[in-house]
Amino acid sequence: MVEVKHITKSFDGRMVLNDINTVFETGKTNLIIGRSGSGKTVLLKNIIGLIRPDAGVILYDGRDLTAMKRSELNLLRREMGMLFQGSALFDSMTVLENVMFPLNMFSKDSYKAREKRAMFCLERVNLSEAEHLHPSEISGGMMKRAAIARAIALNPKYLFCDEPNSGLDPKTSLLIDDLIRDITIEYNMTTIINTHDMNSVMNIGENIIFIKEGVKEWQGSKSEVINSNNKALNDFVFASDLFRRMRELEHPRKEG
Amino acid sequence: MNESLHRLGEYTLLMKKAISIPNRWNMFFKQLNKEIYKLGVDSLWIVIIISIFIGTVIAIQISLNISSPLIPKFTIGYTTREIILLEFSSSIMCLILAGKVGSNIASEIGTMRVTEQIDAMEIMGVNSANFLILPKVTGLMIFIPVLVIFSMFTGILGGIAASYLAAEGMTPASFEYGLQFYFNSFYIWYSIVKSVVYAFIISSIASYFGYYVKGGALDVGKASTNAVVMSSVMILMADVILTHLMLT
Repeated sequence: MVEVKHITKSFDGRMVLNDINTVFETGKTNLIIGRSGSGKTVLLKNIIGLIRPDAGVILYDGRDLTAMKRSELNLLRREMGMLFQGSALFDSMTVLENVMFPLNMFSKDSYKAREKRAMFCLERVNLSEAEHLHPSEISGGMMKRAAIARAIALNPKYLFCDEPNSGLDPKTSLLIDDLIRDITIEYNMTTIINTHDMNSVMNIGENIIFIKEGVKEWQGSKSEVINSNNKALNDFVFASDLFRRMRELEHPRKEG
Repeated sequence: MNESLHRLGEYTLLMKKAISIPNRWNMFFKQLNKEIYKLGVDSLWIVIIISIFIGTVIAIQISLNISSPLIPKFTIGYTTREIILLEFSSSIMCLILAGKVGSNIASEIGTMRVTEQIDAMEIMGVNSANFLILPKVTGLMIFIPVLVIFSMFTGILGGIAASYLAAEGMTPASFEYGLQFYFNSFYIWYSIVKSVVYAFIISSIASYFGYYVKGGALDVGKASTNAVVMSSVMILMADVILTHLMLT
């Protein structure tokens, strides 16, 4: 479980996050949503410790990240996996070497055992056939899957995903969403996803936090999104014609 | 002034972070091996080609400019050797390498920064500066004396070739006599010491500019250019200081 308490962050006098309080639960896919520039990426960077908040605390199962020394933070980070927007695979390494990288850096297992674990992770994301290819030789969806395999290589307790579906077609996006949800349940991880993809919200949104102009505007599940009366949330979620129609269909059914 | 001090502080902190004991020695040696090959061995051909031609040109130029019958012909070989040993193979060659190796390092690390690969390492708890920068700095410092020695050897070979082929009034025998005349082996050590310092300047400054890139591809290009300009200036400044310290 990750708890965020009274997080505030400013850049050059401009308040980007204002007193954010929330809880990201274990075994659930927690989504941070909001418009571009709303502060969701800054919130995620604060949570993973890439940015230090001006005030407030971030608790990882009771351990305060904001009070940690660099060495303690590095130890905590070994419990984290991260899926970046652009996958952030290392260009100079093959897919297998990418997945083996965290194992090579931190695992004390033999080379054979590390390779076996990396192959297991690649098989888990259905990518074992691409083990010897470089990131430049595979598609965007495959890169995302390779990045997920790398993120889970060390059996993390916390998984962070920054825009996991950006640049992917709707079908591949669904595959990635399902994979993240399945892995979250399988490893009983606390998964936090930063997204503005409404398909993801409706597909895997178990706990959704809506950020507007640096303030937590709303929190709930995907079924609560449909019935919410929050104007800012409705303007954001139902901005597209498709989702508006979906909501119109949903309401008469429930009312009837 | 404030900006310069800020950059100096940032550079010092980065070097402190980079020059620390590696988390995994086997990973460090694997990276070191790669960097020696990429930054050093891959530069060997350009060093050899430039040195042969410059050695030849130096010999021809000196031959053409020494026309007085009072100056002995072996002066051509002697002067060619001194220029190559004292300045060309260390300082000028490192200025050339600052362009090739420096831009390579800055663009590689800069691209890793803008594509979040460095952030990915940090999230894993890896000291990214140590993992990326230390093997480059160490690799170049280890291999640059080899490049300097190759440059000295091939530069002098170029001069000998000139004595056989080109310049009037210059004979191979007088050139070879000049090469051996009043030879001071300390000059070779002087060049090697200078080149090791230059290797640190090139690799660390280029790493710094790459590591702190913000933005996109255009900014990576700018960082590469700035890295080459800054390391060239620093090499020239270090040349003055080291010459003063070691030869006067």
